[in-house]
Amino acid sequence: MSQPNSAYFIPDTTEAIKRTTLAVVVKNEPGVLGRVVGLFSARGYNIESLTVAETDHEAHTSRITIVTSGTQATLDQIKAQIARIVPVKRVNDFNGDEDVVSRELALIKVAGKGDDRVESLRLADAFKAKIMDAGLDSFTFELTGSSKKLDDFIKLMKPLGLVEVSRTGVAAIRRGNEKV
Amino acid sequence: MSKAKDKTEHLIGNEMSGAEILVNALKAEGVDTIFGYPGGAVLPIYDALYGQNDIEHVLVRHEQGASHMAEGYARSTGKCGVVLVTSGPGATNAVTGIVDALLDSIPMVCFTGQVPTHLIGTDAFQECDTTGITRSAAKHNYLVKSVEELEGIIHEAFHIATSGRPGPVVIDVPKDIQFKKTTYKGYEAHLPFDYNPQTEPFMPAIEMAIDLLANAKKPIIYTGGGIINAGVKASEYLREFVKETNFPITSTLMGLGAYPASGDNWLGMLGMHGSYEANLAMHDCDVMLCIGARFDDRVTGRLDAFSPNSKKIHIDIEPSSINKNVRVDIGIVADAGIATKALLKAWSKNKSKRPKLDDWWKQINVWRERKSFGYRNQDDLIIPQYAIERLYELTKDKKTYITTEVGLHQMWAAQHYHFEEPHRWMTSGGLGTMGYGLPAAIGVQMAHKDALVIDIAGDASVQMTMQEMSCAVQYNLPVKIFILNNEWMGMVRQWQQLLHGERYSHSYSHSLPDFVKMAEAFGCLGLRCDKPSELDETIQKMIDYNGPVLVDCRVSKIENCFPMIPSGAAHNEMLLGDDGRDLGTAIDDKGKQLV
Repeated sequence: MSQPNSAYFIPDTTEAIKRTTLAVVVKNEPGVLGRVVGLFSARGYNIESLTVAETDHEAHTSRITIVTSGTQATLDQIKAQIARIVPVKRVNDFNGDEDVVSRELALIKVAGKGDDRVESLRLADAFKAKIMDAGLDSFTFELTGSSKKLDDFIKLMKPLGLVEVSRTGVAAIRRGNEKV
Repeated sequence: MSKAKDKTEHLIGNEMSGAEILVNALKAEGVDTIFGYPGGAVLPIYDALYGQNDIEHVLVRHEQGASHMAEGYARSTGKCGVVLVTSGPGATNAVTGIVDALLDSIPMVCFTGQVPTHLIGTDAFQECDTTGITRSAAKHNYLVKSVEELEGIIHEAFHIATSGRPGPVVIDVPKDIQFKKTTYKGYEAHLPFDYNPQTEPFMPAIEMAIDLLANAKKPIIYTGGGIINAGVKASEYLREFVKETNFPITSTLMGLGAYPASGDNWLGMLGMHGSYEANLAMHDCDVMLCIGARFDDRVTGRLDAFSPNSKKIHIDIEPSSINKNVRVDIGIVADAGIATKALLKAWSKNKSKRPKLDDWWKQINVWRERKSFGYRNQDDLIIPQYAIERLYELTKDKKTYITTEVGLHQMWAAQHYHFEEPHRWMTSGGLGTMGYGLPAAIGVQMAHKDALVIDIAGDASVQMTMQEMSCAVQYNLPVKIFILNNEWMGMVRQWQQLLHGERYSHSYSHSLPDFVKMAEAFGCLGLRCDKPSELDETIQKMIDYNGPVLVDCRVSKIENCFPMIPSGAAHNEMLLGDDGRDLGTAIDDKGKQLV
């Protein structure tokens, strides 16, 4: 992605592409998710993962957790642009995964018989995946962990009869005793 | 924003319909003029407007006209423009003006009717997803879900439209909510608002900026529409600051008039069609102070060659504008007026150093001698720049407001009409909307009934919204439409000449209307002029006539706008009108891909 956005070209910078997780606290009102997501497509930013749910019913707030990537300048601009949206209360940058606990959950269906089936079960055990559903020729695993761990497990399941994956996207929270 | 006394206080506690609440909330906001067009989904609101005298409604001929009129009204008064249109096509037609207001930071509240709540989502007659369509077109928008929340939404919308970086806010009001009744609460009941952008500068950053400026050898001040939006006071602080510092000052298209064009330190507009001295001073400066401008691509030219050796200070009310296109050394989020006042104070306090600017001014005066806005006049043909100069000379002593359409005439107006005051210049800078000028002029004239309001127009642009002449006639608004008629979409033609080997694809206006007859058909005075010798007389006739006038000023067909920073070039690579370069090869292939 060539940033900053302009009609005029700039030399291709060798600035490193960073990944970060943003926790966006928004007023829970109709269309607010659309505003945030629409901004990413309108300005050409990446969304790698998106999770949204109401987090405080009393205060009427939801939390949108977005994993995105770009140069530092792009990430700064993404944060500034999100903060412009009127119902957005706060934008917190979980700065390159360093001081943040982040988890994702996946449901993974694998079908197979014989050795493949045994191997998938063995690997699931090694990854500490739970079996949510089992049949004579299929398993559905529940796996929680970092996105990387989920990716690794799914990759391993591919040759063993991976049928389908459903992932939640990342939920993240900062370490320590403070509220964002 | 502090409000005058709520005019609707005596109504607090009364039971009334959503439509009546809407009209009273407008009165409470101090609205005196709205621009609109009725239709099925706003009939209750129109009924509530009927027979009241506090708010004057201007019936437009197309909803795009309504939003541009509101822009003209807002830009010339500093108040919020208000638009009222129906659902479906009413809303979609208004969108162009809404986006225009978004890009040029014009405060506007646009009410759109919507089909009744129970019909939303059924593809009902004249239904459209207005909040969906305007989500990225407006600063914010609302779909009103209950009559109880309507009044609060209206006041919050005005607050959002006028606070921070101003912009348009859309309120979509379903028809059933206009009929439903609830208790009227009044303005005060809705305070405080959640939305509170920062306006006060971070003072240590101001001190750092002053320190940089005090040590500068080649400083420049570059201002934009933010100064205008910050109110007349902001321009006064700016003028004072320039006087105190003796720094050279340039401005974007949107900021013209904040510093007077007759001022000693004025370099003229900068950017793609800006002056030689302004652009070279931007390129060569060592400290740049940007106040209320946003480093738009029309201003910066090629980014990697933009003012390469300067420290940059950027003051903007919108945090996302800072470091968006150009990396700056000191970013200050603040209202332009408040920040300029703070700069002025800090500068006066810091008596230790005063930069020596003699060499810098000597260099600037050499560039000024280049007289980059010059042109070759002719005896038998009206040169458009000359027409603007004459227009300026004959109107400069009056209370004159200028609007423009978009194209060559707009750039010539910016170059050759000299603005002494803020709020006198209305043009579509960010979106570049052809058809802006005539409705904007009507909006200006509504706010300034006794002023001279001139739309400097092009023959192509003016045809986009010319039906609004009928509106001018209806409300007896003596706007003057001064068309520089070269029979071409001149800017397109110039680019085709420069970029596409003189292959003039669809840029010639075949079968132009007879503008004079057209004016007469609308009930305006139509004048034509094609000789330089008749120009003054025609302009004088236009000024003297008490009513709307259209002047078909036939000008040279081949005149191009210079100077020009070609696409993909830097500030010090300007094309000048008389430097004899082959225009066909002036822009390289990479540059041709840009806009």
